[in-house]
Amino acid sequence: MSDTRSAGDPDLTTYRDVQLTPDFSELRRRFRRFVFPMTALFLVWYFLYVLLAAYAPGFMSHKVGGNINVALLFGLGQVVSTFAITMIYVRWADRRIDPDAERLRHQIEGADQ
Amino acid sequence: MTAPLLLPMATDIGNPTVNIVIFALFVLATLAIVLRASRNNRTAADFYAGGRSFTGPQNGIAIAGDYLSAASFLGIAGAIALNGYDGFLYSIGFLVAWLVALLLVAELLRNTGRFTMADVLSFRLKQRPVRMAAAISTLGVCFFYLLAQMAGAGGLVALLLGVSGRTGQSIVIAVVGAIMITYVLVGGMKGTTWVQIIKAVLLVIGAGIMTLWVLAKYSFNLSSLLGAAVDNSPAAGEKLLNPGLQYGATGVSKLDFISLALALVLGTAGLPHVLMRFYTVPNSKEARRSVSWAIWIIGIFYLFTLVLGYGAAAIVGPDAIKAAPGKANSAAPLLAFELGGELLLGVISAVAFATILAVVAGLTITASTSFAHDIYGSILKKGQISGDGEVRVARYTAVVIGIVAIIGGIFANGQNIAFLVALAFAVAASANLPTILYSLFWRRFNTRGALWSIYGGLGSAILLIAFSPVVSGKVDAKTGKSLSMITDTGIDFHWFPLDNPGIVSIPLAFVLGWLGTVTSKEPVDADKFAEMEVRSLTGAGAEKAVQH
Repeated sequence: MSDTRSAGDPDLTTYRDVQLTPDFSELRRRFRRFVFPMTALFLVWYFLYVLLAAYAPGFMSHKVGGNINVALLFGLGQVVSTFAITMIYVRWADRRIDPDAERLRHQIEGADQ
Repeated sequence: MTAPLLLPMATDIGNPTVNIVIFALFVLATLAIVLRASRNNRTAADFYAGGRSFTGPQNGIAIAGDYLSAASFLGIAGAIALNGYDGFLYSIGFLVAWLVALLLVAELLRNTGRFTMADVLSFRLKQRPVRMAAAISTLGVCFFYLLAQMAGAGGLVALLLGVSGRTGQSIVIAVVGAIMITYVLVGGMKGTTWVQIIKAVLLVIGAGIMTLWVLAKYSFNLSSLLGAAVDNSPAAGEKLLNPGLQYGATGVSKLDFISLALALVLGTAGLPHVLMRFYTVPNSKEARRSVSWAIWIIGIFYLFTLVLGYGAAAIVGPDAIKAAPGKANSAAPLLAFELGGELLLGVISAVAFATILAVVAGLTITASTSFAHDIYGSILKKGQISGDGEVRVARYTAVVIGIVAIIGGIFANGQNIAFLVALAFAVAASANLPTILYSLFWRRFNTRGALWSIYGGLGSAILLIAFSPVVSGKVDAKTGKSLSMITDTGIDFHWFPLDNPGIVSIPLAFVLGWLGTVTSKEPVDADKFAEMEVRSLTGAGAEKAVQH
């Protein structure tokens, strides 16, 4: 399974050639280092909410002010965090992924034709 | 209120004629737009993917239109009105789930696929078996979802159009099905998308007006609205604001809720009709913008339903809701009537109806695309068929699926099959999502892993549901009436304690995908994997928008 070939080998297809370049490795690393921890974060945050709602109703029912309780704030917090992650990701991907992805795409599509 | 002119029986409130007129206006307006939009509907990319020429915001609105089914609108508002906080808890799962689609699936899928989910799953594995498995799972999810929508249509007819006779309801279901088939045949994906956009805009505006109206009644003070809801719900009282009213009764029901939450949060990014929408935009950046727009609309909409649900409890009251023909589903329409009389009720009823129409159209085009492109074009004809031939098959399939939906809807009318929506999410999360993630991110993943995961996830979810209390053996402790699909309380073959299979079937599908992969000697196709990985991240070689 191990692949000892490196970028520039004339026997490689264009895609494998690109896959082995440092530029592409860097793009993939950057993408995964953002989306994997972010996914873990929102899943943990969501299941914390679900588990508290199921197993700690006393804590969730605690009134904070008027008829507003912890559960309502927690639920609204999920909505806010979902909006925030969406905004952060879109801004990040527009700046940190698109320009490099675009450059590699032109390189590949130029080479193909 | 008003005597019915043409219909056999009227509801207690509202004027069915007003409802029908407003709904007819919606149908006429959308048909005109579908006709205009469908002038360029020649190629497969036109019919299946709307020429890939929708903008991110347009597609985002259409995604919201596709996703916010009648179950979300009427169902969640009603659940909050009667079960309080637990209804809100349910809606949060539907929203957070979109982050999986945003971060892990939408863009990569757009860059590697053409028309269907199976395009991506079979990209670097053995084409025919994997495509077949993915198509079967796609058709399964669409069928469950479709049946749930059509069965709900019968109840809505009774509630909103005042048709309570069995024959009358069947006729209305057939008419709804026929309109839907027309949209899909004439408009293809382009027309279907426009129907969803219009419906989403109407739905959000309608719900938004009602939300402001309810809040204005309580001087924009959420706390006093909640207080009024509690005061007006003597049975639930304070518990209306706390989690646990619906799911908190026993250890089993809590586990059931965790199982449901898992299926909701992981299912959305595996729903084939959602995935297919990512192909209607020109590139991955627009796919990203689509999901971002969809998340904002869906999130704001669920905040509206929170106010509408508690508003219905405060203004209409749980007893009136339970006594209405549609029970919980009638909370939002009854609230509309209390606020704005016949006219607002008519608008909300028409929107609810349009919702069913749009969602069913989206499911039909997804299922017919999968059949024509995956099973007919790629497997039976081995790709040796023109795009035109495939599209012709897709059109025939759409008619067949439409007829199946009508017949299914007529038979399912009045059955306890609300669990089918949850089942569709559980199957999507078990059969589809693991394989999507493995094939995008795990180099070693191979054909056996994909087949074990898809068939294992699909099979276990369906099997566990079949032997769960939703199919047989669930009895209301107070009334002694059956709450299962099989209403004969003498028949009870359930052994799985939970209503929702996700907590077992989702981990099982992930494990099977891993186990199948490591026990198979199939070598990795390094070239294909490189192509998939590079394409998915850079967008090189991705399908372009159609130029007309």
